Amino acid sequence: MDWGFIFERTFSTMIGPEVVIYALAALGLNIHFGYTGLLNFGHVAFMAAGAYGLGVSVYYFHWNFWIGLGMAMVYSIVLALILGIPTLRLRADYLGLVTIAASETIRITVRSRVFKPITGGAEGISEFSKPFYDLSPFDLGRFYSFGPFRYLGRDLWVLVVGWTLLILLTLMVQQVMRAPWGRALRAIREDEDAARSLGKNAYAFKIQSLLFGGAIGAVAGVVQVVQKGSIQADGFNPTITFTIWMILIIGGPARPWSPIAGSMIYWSLIIFVENVLRQLSPQTRESLERTIKLSDINIGQMRYIIVGLGLLLLARYRPQGIFGSREEMALDDR
Amino acid sequence: MIANYSPTPGVSKNRPALVVKNVSKSFGGLKAVDVKHLEIESGVITALIGPNGAGKTTFFNLLTAFDSIDSGSIELFGKDIVGVASQNLAKQGMVRTFQLTKALSKMTVIDNLKLGALHQSGENFIKSLFTPIWSSQEREIESRADALLDRFNLSHMRDEFAGTMSGGQRKLLEMARALMTDPQILMLDEPMAGVNPALTQSLLGHVKLLRDEGRTVIFVEHNMDVVRDISDWVVVMAEGAIIAEGTPDHIRSNQVVIDAYLGVHHDRELSNDV
Repeated sequence: MDWGFIFERTFSTMIGPEVVIYALAALGLNIHFGYTGLLNFGHVAFMAAGAYGLGVSVYYFHWNFWIGLGMAMVYSIVLALILGIPTLRLRADYLGLVTIAASETIRITVRSRVFKPITGGAEGISEFSKPFYDLSPFDLGRFYSFGPFRYLGRDLWVLVVGWTLLILLTLMVQQVMRAPWGRALRAIREDEDAARSLGKNAYAFKIQSLLFGGAIGAVAGVVQVVQKGSIQADGFNPTITFTIWMILIIGGPARPWSPIAGSMIYWSLIIFVENVLRQLSPQTRESLERTIKLSDINIGQMRYIIVGLGLLLLARYRPQGIFGSREEMALDDR
Repeated sequence: MIANYSPTPGVSKNRPALVVKNVSKSFGGLKAVDVKHLEIESGVITALIGPNGAGKTTFFNLLTAFDSIDSGSIELFGKDIVGVASQNLAKQGMVRTFQLTKALSKMTVIDNLKLGALHQSGENFIKSLFTPIWSSQEREIESRADALLDRFNLSHMRDEFAGTMSGGQRKLLEMARALMTDPQILMLDEPMAGVNPALTQSLLGHVKLLRDEGRTVIFVEHNMDVVRDISDWVVVMAEGAIIAEGTPDHIRSNQVVIDAYLGVHHDRELSNDV
């Protein structure tokens, strides 16, 4: 087994594009769920809003790439208002129902034939990210290696920008959550009536939380489609939302740095398991094959099964996540 | 003096903090609250009592806009407050506590108190990004919170999660947190429920102190000893209406109140004849 290769892949993943994209998405969800207690089960819709805000503006309306980025934010704001205004006065579960339905509605709508002239339908959109790569100081087609890390120049440029955004936004979240604004959000999460009795406009705070977290979700969507160079409607399916949830739970909700840690752990585990399975010696493979068939397709499934097992163990032995505190968790039971 | 008012339901007061007129609230076919006229004198402790199901808590919820009235008017210091959202009532000087205490469990005790301060510039999202804008106000809030913790003997719990407090401590915390808004009227929904007798005495002391600071206190209570001990005026509700009001001594001997609590035939022998 080529452990050198396995570790190179694992380490490269640990700070790679997926980690950045999912950490950004989880950072947004952390504002919703972790700090405010909003049950957003359609976070992928915000990523789609960001992606299509950029793609549609640039490819179909021929607007400037940078205006497209602005439109990505506008789309996410519109989406947050549409989701939030009718539901945030109601009990928390209604937002959960509406968000999961909305995220599927959006995916199915943009991929439909009817909207193909402005959304690209099932084929999606490409050719919208050139101005971004024009700014790259790296040779897009060349491989760059340092230590155990190895990236294509194109990805390296995405990583430099992506990590800068991720760290700046995480610092911003940390700042506002330490401020009275964040204190009011946590109070609303704990007991909305208590917050209202003390003069806090719970509805306004929840809308702001939905807007802020949604905008960060849209940033994640933008980074994702710029990195891939194309937008595929079916990429924005509910599985993405639940992966983001998993990452948030692994890291521990309501901690500013947990989305990054959760994303690193999740993705490096997936890639590590996958590469180990691929490189099993023929004998081991043969003996395993009496029970499990390890074709290349099955390996893709197997890694999720094994990571899922790890998550179950985490839920059993460290339910508060990596950064959470057990004492705080135990207060739920009282 | 409050004792000079005539002990009749709906009697008008010289300096009313709250004036309630023809307020009604129905849930389906059930008329839960139907108050013709009630004035609450400012600067005194008024107890709201009545048998279970009399509509006390619903009336409280209506006064504090946690529930909306069907009809009628409510005036707070002469200003109509019908339709004002509950969070804005706190800004107008009226704050409430809850029958089932609402300690914010996963927040520290000091954060619970600091939350209570009104008009915090750091609660604006944009301003919250820049610590220098709100840090001096935050220090002022923190010292006020510490003073209140000291007054309510909770200083040793300062940095603990509120969820680790006992039931009685939570009642104290809620009262202290309400005081962070510097209210003119405090509405306490069963402040002594589930509190042990030793702590009850200290809670009573705190409530009296609120009055001595010039605040108006309205509280719902079941324990008649408590009511007699601290209230200056007692309002009795039954079946959604005000059936009596007066000083604690008046109320104790009021036949209508005794009948409401114990039933009209309470002094007769139990017998099988109808």
